[in-house]
Amino acid sequence: MTALFYILLVIAIGIAMWQIISIFNLKGVIATEKDNNTQGILFAIFGIFFYGLMIFSFWKYSVILLPESASIEGARIDNLYVVTMLLILSVQAITQFLLFYFAFKYRGIKGRKALFYADSHKLEMIWTIIPAVVLAGLVLYGLSVWNDVMDASDADNPLIVELYAKQFQWEARYAGADNELGRANVRNIKGINTMGVDMTDKNSIDDIPTRELHLPKGRQVIFKFRSQDVLHSAYMPHFRAQMNCVPGMVTQFSFTPNMTTQEMRANKKTIAKVEGINKIRAEKGEDIYEFDYLLLCNKICGASHYNMQMKIIVEEETAFNSWLSGQKTIAEVVQ
Amino acid sequence: MSNHHHKETFITKYVFSTDHKMISKQYLVTGIFMGIIGVFMSMLFRLQIAWPDTSFSIIEAFLGRHQDGGVMSPDIYLAIVTIHGTIMVFFVLTAGLSGTFSNLLIPLQIGARDMASGFLNMVSYWLFFLSSVIMLSSLFVEAGPAAAGWTIYPPLSALPQAIPGSGMGMTLWLISMAIFIASSLMGSLNYIVTVINLRTVGMTMTKLPLTIWAFFVTAIIGVVSFPVLLSAALLLIFDRSFGTSFYLSDIFIQGEVLHYQGGSPVLFEHLFWFLGHPEVYIVILPAMGIVSEIIACNSRKPIFGYRAMIGSIMAIAFLSTIVWGHHMFVSGMNPFLGSVFTFTTLLIAIPSAVKAFNWITTLWKGNLQMNPAMLFSIGFVSTFISGGLTGLVLGDSALDINVHDTYFVVAHFHLVMGVSAIYGMFAGVYHWFPKMYGRMMNKALGYWHFWFTVIAAYGVFFPMHFVGLAGLPRRYYANTAFPLFDDVADVNIVITMFAILGGAAQIIFLTNFFISIYKGKKATQNPWKSNTLEWTTPVAHVHGNWPGELPAVHRWPYDYSKPGHAEDYVSQITPLYDGEEES
Repeated sequence: MTALFYILLVIAIGIAMWQIISIFNLKGVIATEKDNNTQGILFAIFGIFFYGLMIFSFWKYSVILLPESASIEGARIDNLYVVTMLLILSVQAITQFLLFYFAFKYRGIKGRKALFYADSHKLEMIWTIIPAVVLAGLVLYGLSVWNDVMDASDADNPLIVELYAKQFQWEARYAGADNELGRANVRNIKGINTMGVDMTDKNSIDDIPTRELHLPKGRQVIFKFRSQDVLHSAYMPHFRAQMNCVPGMVTQFSFTPNMTTQEMRANKKTIAKVEGINKIRAEKGEDIYEFDYLLLCNKICGASHYNMQMKIIVEEETAFNSWLSGQKTIAEVVQ
Repeated sequence: MSNHHHKETFITKYVFSTDHKMISKQYLVTGIFMGIIGVFMSMLFRLQIAWPDTSFSIIEAFLGRHQDGGVMSPDIYLAIVTIHGTIMVFFVLTAGLSGTFSNLLIPLQIGARDMASGFLNMVSYWLFFLSSVIMLSSLFVEAGPAAAGWTIYPPLSALPQAIPGSGMGMTLWLISMAIFIASSLMGSLNYIVTVINLRTVGMTMTKLPLTIWAFFVTAIIGVVSFPVLLSAALLLIFDRSFGTSFYLSDIFIQGEVLHYQGGSPVLFEHLFWFLGHPEVYIVILPAMGIVSEIIACNSRKPIFGYRAMIGSIMAIAFLSTIVWGHHMFVSGMNPFLGSVFTFTTLLIAIPSAVKAFNWITTLWKGNLQMNPAMLFSIGFVSTFISGGLTGLVLGDSALDINVHDTYFVVAHFHLVMGVSAIYGMFAGVYHWFPKMYGRMMNKALGYWHFWFTVIAAYGVFFPMHFVGLAGLPRRYYANTAFPLFDDVADVNIVITMFAILGGAAQIIFLTNFFISIYKGKKATQNPWKSNTLEWTTPVAHVHGNWPGELPAVHRWPYDYSKPGHAEDYVSQITPLYDGEEES
């Protein structure tokens, strides 16, 4: 019944609006010189609003953005991002200005004839070739970063970690002393062996399963991703890292953390962001928040998709090693 | 062809009509109806995003058992996000936009009596209608409609154990889409054949209005890519119902191992996006054609660079079929493929830039007639540029890693193909309403509609980029699970308020549209002083479009303000005078 009420309300508003308009201007259907003038001026005003909105958003919302990258590869991505954004914003500023300015400047006047100007090969060459050259540069730069980020074949003594996704939880498995992950398949899942590790594989014995992700600063980490049920995506925004977890196959991504959790907490941008968050939390009477790196799920995976997360702790290599040596191997866990 | 002799019944005239003008109106009204539902759904989930855990009586009223005390459930949140996307992309912006204007304008602007096959055209509409009914009926099944996102990636879409919407809801979704694709193919084939075969005397391909070029090329992309979605859907039906393993492998869910082995979800992603990416051009190209036509007419100037405009339509169409992989940079496919798709994707920026600059140059030194259609066309150019530019971020594989599937993507595609295409559709409706209904729409309501809409649209999607850059993934029921995103909540409230403003502004349009059908001022034959052929037909519709002979065409459609003519427009049927040079 309430639904019907809402629908009737909308119809009533529509009819009321029509009535109001028809009192003033029932027959107004084609733009007159006066309309051209008003609407042209409105475009000029809207142009100002448009630039205002852009500048306001950059000023007001830059504090909510991610702080600087916490990985070496991510820093390269950020540089590419800055270059691209500068390009985008300058093109945006120029073209939108021309659009709104022309809409204002050439608003129709009775009796004036427009310029008959159908073609100019010179102009068209200009705006074909310039974008082509700029884009060629952008493609080359972008691809050099992409290849650098995606190619982990030259990694020197990398840490190998498996990230295992399932509705709605993450698990991790470190490759252990031999730095090689044992085989695994969901068909081996049994009891406490929740990741389906194949215990007959000798590489499996020293693997270390954990529910928290610790990473050493300065050492390249190669992640191997698996999923147990549906697609998930391992998203680690602070490291500019993301890869889908696909049932039936193993995917890979790698990065080198270069800032410990402690260092990131002391970062100027992080402090500003955390302050902002805590102000909001204080108003709502919630506890104080302390910054942590996170692993999120970023591929729709079901009802609790919005709450599928894992804490990431980046620490100095010695601290990392002592943490890892304190964890039980899978052989110890399963027995 | 002419049907003057036998009487038409209500059924043959208004229901099972084979007249392209009536079919076009049927598409439009169905599209508008689906649009109301799609937009209304976005209002509901925007309420949830801005104020999670808050009770709303409107949610209680509309979501029934899928809510608890006015708060929607996570499953229904995902479901209405899914159906919103499906309805807007396919039912509104493909069928509603292309179906309406291709049907209306192709015969009228090329000088044909009707489509090549009126019967196929009628079947096409009624299949679309049937698929709409099935899609809407899926809203009422017990476990809720499909909820795996409009991209319906398996295994989520294949396993009812994974999400309730993947049961009956998903089955209906797939059936509905299969019928939709059949409808779309019949329509597209008809458009292609009509444009190739039924042009009137003198109407060479280089005298076609850009609208027709856009519809023609759109139909070609549709024929090339939609069948691939059909096969993707069929294989998914096999996996769901007959136990095959095209997309599924090694799955353990709810305590048991499923038998599937050897399939890959990545295959589905390839097949889906082989349609999915051309689909955004199927949506945007007709809008581009409409806008080109309206900007030229209302600027009283020839469209700048007519041949370059045709060339760029073809370039965009060709490139659109070889860029699908940019949706899959982090899907686990070989990184080398990512490089290739980055290259092809960024190439699209070149023809797009040509188009944008050509539209802007068309305005330059024009005599702009600010009709509502013109306002929406200028709005289109603005949102197309704003949304298109961020494509340089998303199309660049290295940058995509960090913004993939965040709200940055949502902001990007809504501006570049959602809002832009809707503007194109509004522009088309305001401009060709007199041709469809013989009456005019009210301009004052049109102005209010435009300004509210344009402010709301930027108010929604500009701040949304920042939400994405803050790292917030899309399709999150709430971001309350992460203190990290607490400071995004305020932005989300701003966005939702603008969204409600934008949604409410559409009431102005609906009022204007439906009341003008019956009460609008009677139209004159050529209200916008346009050159194209549709304005040489009588205001009252006749079967066969022109009462006598078909008109012969003597010039291109853009002789606006041509020196040597008294008026600032010269209809395509006006012969060149002695010594006049063809433009």
